[in-house]
Amino acid sequence: MTQHYSFLQLIRQAINHHEGWKPAWNSVEPKDSYDIVVVGGGGHGLATAYYLAKNHGITDVAVLEKGWIGGGNTGRNTTIVRSNYLRDEAAHLYEFALKLWEGLSNELNFNVMFSQRGVLNVGHSLQDMRDIERRVNANLLNGIDGEVLGPSDIQKIVPLLDCSPQNRYPVLGASWQPRGGVARHDAVAWGYARAADRLGVDIVEHARVVEIPLERGSHSVEGVVIEHDGERKFIRARKVACVTAGNSGVLASLAGLKLPIESRPLQAFVSEPLKPCLDTVVMSNAVHGYLSQSDKGDLVIGAGTDGYNGYGQRGSFEIIEETAHAICELFPAFSRVRMNRQWGGIVDICPDACPIIGRMPVPGLYFNCGWGTGGFKATPGSGFVFAHTIAEDHPHPLAAPFGVERFHSGALIDEHGAAGVAH
Amino acid sequence: MLRIYCPYCESVRDEDEFHCVGEAHIKRPERPDELSDQAWGEYLHFRTNPRGEHREIWHHVVGCRQHFNVVRDTETYEIKSVYRVGEEPSSAADSDA
Ligand SMILES: Cc1cc2nc3c(=O)[nH]c(=O)nc-3n(C[C@H](O)[C@H](O)[C@H](O)COP(=O)(O)OP(=O)(O)OC[C@H]3O[C@@H](n4cnc5c(N)ncnc54)[C@H](O)[C@@H]3O)c2cc1C
Ligand SMILES: [Zn+2]
Repeated sequence: MTQHYSFLQLIRQAINHHEGWKPAWNSVEPKDSYDIVVVGGGGHGLATAYYLAKNHGITDVAVLEKGWIGGGNTGRNTTIVRSNYLRDEAAHLYEFALKLWEGLSNELNFNVMFSQRGVLNVGHSLQDMRDIERRVNANLLNGIDGEVLGPSDIQKIVPLLDCSPQNRYPVLGASWQPRGGVARHDAVAWGYARAADRLGVDIVEHARVVEIPLERGSHSVEGVVIEHDGERKFIRARKVACVTAGNSGVLASLAGLKLPIESRPLQAFVSEPLKPCLDTVVMSNAVHGYLSQSDKGDLVIGAGTDGYNGYGQRGSFEIIEETAHAICELFPAFSRVRMNRQWGGIVDICPDACPIIGRMPVPGLYFNCGWGTGGFKATPGSGFVFAHTIAEDHPHPLAAPFGVERFHSGALIDEHGAAGVAH
Repeated sequence: MLRIYCPYCESVRDEDEFHCVGEAHIKRPERPDELSDQAWGEYLHFRTNPRGEHREIWHHVVGCRQHFNVVRDTETYEIKSVYRVGEEPSSAADSDA
C-alpha cells in the first residue's frame, strides 16, 4: 500500500529518521497480456494510464518505457505552462489542461510545485504588437485570462528586463497571462506514476517496444514486442497507445505507418544559482529566447530547435550562440552569468504546430504525439482526453479537431507563430 | 556543428552557412488535378522521419546558393554522401566531411 503524503506523515517519518519512506511506485515485470498497453513513460503516457484507471475504471493497463520514467522530454523541458493560444481548438485544449494543473497537486497527492507566477510574451515590433493584441482578445473571448501591457508596466514586473527604446529590438509591449507559470517537471512524471500505480497500473521501465505485430486478416493490433532485460517478449494487448514524442515516427513505422511529423533536438540551459531576481516567465518570439528562475535560483533558459532532423539529445552549437545573444539582448545583466548544464530533447514537430491525438488507420492503435516544443503544459489535459479517446474508441470533444485526418482534409490548426512562441 | 561538403563549391564548410530544406526525393505529383485528398495530404505533410539514414536537401544559403542532396544519419549525424540535385545517392559519393 502506498503511503499518503501529508504533514502528519512527514512528522511520523521524521521521528523515524526518514527511514520508513516506501518507493513512490513499483517498477514491475510485465504480464503476458493487457487490455491496454501505453508505450512511453513520459508525463503524457503516465497521465493517460492514470485517467484510464481513474475516469474509465480500466486498470488492466501497462506503461512500457524504454528508459526510465520521465527521462524523455518531460524531464528535459523548461516547464512553462500557459494557455494563451490563438486558435479556439488549441485554446480550449490548453485551458482545459491549465484548469487541471490548478488542482493537480491535490489530485495526485504529490507536490508538482505548480507556481502561477505569470507569463510575459514580449513584442518588439509593430507586427508583434498587432499579433499580441489579436491573441489576447481571442483569449478573452475564450474566457482565458490575459492583458496587453506597455513597457512601463512590464518594467515594473521585470525590473531587470532592458526596456530602453534605443535597443536594436526594443520592448514595445507584451501579453501577460497571470495564471501561467512553471511546474516541477520530474514531479509531474513521478506524481502520475505513483497515482497510476496506486490504481493498479503496471509501470515497466527499461522495456523498449521494437515491434507492433498486426493480426493477419483484420490488420488490427495484436500487441507489442518489447526488449526487456536483454530478451524479446510478446505482450498481447487489445489496444496499443503510443505516447513517444520524438520517437513517434519510429513507432509509427513499426506499424507500417507514416506521420506528418519530423523530429529535431530542442535545447535548454541552466545557469549557476543566483539570488532571486526573476519571479515570472519571460518569453520573446522575435529574439527567440525564454527564461525563468527556478526555486533553486538557477536561470532556466530555452532555445530554438536545430534546423534539421536529428535524434541526438544534445543540439547544435550555433543554437547555443543564438540563445546567448537573445538572453543578453533582453537581460544585459545576465551576460556574465555562467551556464552549468546544457542538454537537448527530441521534439516531434507537426506542420501546424499542434498535436495529433486519436485513432490511427490500424484498428486498436492510437497515437498521442506532435506536441513538439510545447506539450509539457498540456500534460494533464492530454492524458485526460486521450484516455477518453482510447476507452470510448471515439475522440473526446476537445481532442476531435486534432485527429491525424486533418492532414488529409486540410483542416489544419495553424498555431505556428500565432501563439507567442512555440513553447 | 556539422561540417558539410558543398558539391558546387567543392569545399567543406560549417553548418551555419547552410539551411536544411527537408526530406529529399519527394516528387511533385505530375497530375495535381487528379490527386485525391489522401494523396495530396501524403505529398504535403507526411515524412519518413527515420532514426538512421535520411536523404535531405541542403541549401548553401550564404555560399554559392545552390541546392544539393545529403545522406545523413540522424542518430550519429555522420554525413554518408553528398550529391547534386538530379543525381541518385551512391555509396561511393565522396565526402570526407
Ligand atoms: C528543451 C525543451 C524545452 C521544452 N520546453 C517546454 C516548455 O517550456 N513548456 C512546454 O509546455 N513544453 C516544453 N517542451 C515540450 C515538452 O517537453 C513535451 O511536449 C512533453 O514533455 C512531451 O511529453 P511526452 O510524455 O509526450 O514525451 P516524453 O516525456 O518524451 O515521453 C516519451 C517517452 O517515450 C519513451 N519511448 C520512446 N520510444 C520508445 C519505445 N520504442 N518503447 C518504449 N518507450 C519509448 C521515451 O523514452 C520517453 O520517456 C520542451 C521540450 C524540450 C526538449
Ligand atoms: Zn556551395
